[in-house]
Amino acid sequence: MNYFPDEVLEHVFDFVASHRDRNAVSLVCRLWHRVERLSRQRVFVGNCYALSPEILIARFPGLKSLTLKGKPHFADFNLVPHDWGGYVQPWIEALSNSRIGLEELRLKRMVVSDESLELLSRSFANFKSLVLVSCEGFTTVGLAAIAANCRFLRELDLQENEIDDHSGHWLSCFPDSCTSLISLNFALPLETLQNILMRAPQLVDLGTGSYIHDPDSETYNKLKHTILKCKSIRNLSGFLEVAPRCLPAIYPICLNLTSLNLSYAAGIHGSELVKLIRRCAKLQRLWILDCIGDKGLEVVASTCKELQELRVFPSDVLGVGHAAVTENGLVAISAGCPKLHSLLYFCQQMTNAALIVVAKNCPNFIRFRLCILEPTKPDPVTMQPLDDGFGAIVQSCKHLRRLSLSGLLTDRVFLYIGMYAEQLEMLSVAFAGDSDKGMLYVLNGCKKLRKLEIRDCPYGDKALLTDVGKYETMRSLWMSSCEVTLGGCKTLAKEMPRLNVEIINEHDQMEIGSEEQRVEKMYLYRTLVGPRKDAPEFVWTL
Amino acid sequence: MERSLNYGGTDDLILEATELRLGLPGSDGHEKQSPATANHVMRNNKRAAPQGMSEEPRFKRISNESDIASNGDPDCEPPAKAQVVGWPPIRSYRRNSFQQKKSTDQDDGAGMYVKVSMDGAPYLRKVDLKFYKSYPDLLKALENMFKFAVGEYSEREGYNGSDFAPTYEDKDGDWMLVGDVPWDMFVSSCKRLRIMKGSEARGLGCL
Repeated sequence: MNYFPDEVLEHVFDFVASHRDRNAVSLVCRLWHRVERLSRQRVFVGNCYALSPEILIARFPGLKSLTLKGKPHFADFNLVPHDWGGYVQPWIEALSNSRIGLEELRLKRMVVSDESLELLSRSFANFKSLVLVSCEGFTTVGLAAIAANCRFLRELDLQENEIDDHSGHWLSCFPDSCTSLISLNFALPLETLQNILMRAPQLVDLGTGSYIHDPDSETYNKLKHTILKCKSIRNLSGFLEVAPRCLPAIYPICLNLTSLNLSYAAGIHGSELVKLIRRCAKLQRLWILDCIGDKGLEVVASTCKELQELRVFPSDVLGVGHAAVTENGLVAISAGCPKLHSLLYFCQQMTNAALIVVAKNCPNFIRFRLCILEPTKPDPVTMQPLDDGFGAIVQSCKHLRRLSLSGLLTDRVFLYIGMYAEQLEMLSVAFAGDSDKGMLYVLNGCKKLRKLEIRDCPYGDKALLTDVGKYETMRSLWMSSCEVTLGGCKTLAKEMPRLNVEIINEHDQMEIGSEEQRVEKMYLYRTLVGPRKDAPEFVWTL
Repeated sequence: MERSLNYGGTDDLILEATELRLGLPGSDGHEKQSPATANHVMRNNKRAAPQGMSEEPRFKRISNESDIASNGDPDCEPPAKAQVVGWPPIRSYRRNSFQQKKSTDQDDGAGMYVKVSMDGAPYLRKVDLKFYKSYPDLLKALENMFKFAVGEYSEREGYNGSDFAPTYEDKDGDWMLVGDVPWDMFVSSCKRLRIMKGSEARGLGCL
């Protein structure tokens, strides 16, 4: 390979797309490292505190697309205090001071201020795509800057962010003709929906906001006609408030839809949902509420033969109410949708028998996340733990990369996971296991493990400290409400200087600080740049 | 780097237990070792509770439901269905949108605060239906609020002698004349009010 000029190598590397593969390529030899890094355009940083913007910019001068993730996953569920960190400002500042021609920025669980968005919008002439998922800290002022200044914007994707101001006025900052705009994925209020659709008829992805109640109104008719013109829409989401009788407005585009997100449409009842879904035979991705019921899922199973990803969210989070979906819905889906590879399923109950059937029907799962709403609930038929059911899943699904467990579980399920889940990269555990052995089975067995997050399990210092070297092969470990002690964490931090071991201490316990004291929340991650300088008072890096 | 599987102490997990067959558990007649049930002792929260701890009750690991053969194990208490922080694991964005939906549902379903619109008025108002005891009560209040008069109600002719007719949207989304159904039924099914004016209103009167 030394005989090839750099351009040839670069050309070959062009065919290597995935981050993992490119990272591997860069490890072969110095020459390949250099050619690879100079030609790399897309970089994924799974933990913004693992390195610094300066390191990134120095290594990849050709950077065009950056993905950054900030807070730990459990921050989504209010387990991480508000000011923990994850600020994007230093990254945007550093990038704007450099010669990097950034075109795409994808952020997840980061704090994004209006200043950051304004700086972003002014710094990169070719900026094309902004994706913000589960971020916070900005208002529509920042969004207005993006709409107004990014002349070549193609994609604006805002999912589940905490935005302080919901007024739609910023949308008028888009230029009169957004011929570059292909994707607008956020809750568009109805009045502006019209407007945008007329300016950007080539839209492929569309989010809708509040809908209308009255099918006889003029607005509804206008909308109907506008939608008829948008033959390109493949991805539809929103429907925050909708009267079921107005759904027929979107029937014309249902046949082309590949992705449908109705998970905010609590106003649509099961039967209306079903009528809608029957028209969407090409769906590959469906996000829905559990009020669709097991029967509704049977309709999905018989209609959506191309389905690859299904998410069923709970519609009643305040109480354990009526039986919405159970194991039967999941079994039906597994039988009817052979291409299913990603699942997030909130349900009232699950049985081992059902999981075994699902495992047999769908050996291609890549992501399997099951959330039984009541913690530690056993199989209701046999009253047994769900070890065997999940065991069947990991044994059958040889490509499983992500797994979330729930229900009653003993150490045995972790033994199975350690033995069979060879490709597992991310595991989420809550209220499970009996002893340190559970965690050890996983740390020992899952060679590709990158993220482990545990809450309310009986794992202590022995589990934490048995194999400290493992953590440098992983991105991060989260443990909350477990049995690890301050002494255990200190020992770990001492032995592994290239890890940041953060204790999140909300109640000033650490002042009392005895080594035996249990640590409420610990988050550790590998890093090249040592303890972070923006940690708030309540975060203590050991 | 090679790491040996270190199961240390597998005596309580015999190898056969690791054999996975795609069949129902327990079907091989093999004595299932006592499952987690009896071993699931209530976790004692022996934690130094600091001052000013949050009000959220600590979640205790639920031992299996009391109908499990725990043999009257005194450690197994009935499960406490406390509100657990961060459970179920859904994003706050989603959780908040449901709570909003719930509260608007409650408003509409219980007929408490409902919007009142009047044709031609620049903005809407809100009234609390629970505040009124009867139709005359409500209508008088509306008359005062919007400065108009409804006229005489009769079952046959609706509201006579006025350019205005009070209507409401019910749970099915239909627009109904105020006054036809018993008051309680009205309060529980009314989602919003609209004072119709002009020819539309008169049209109702001529039915």
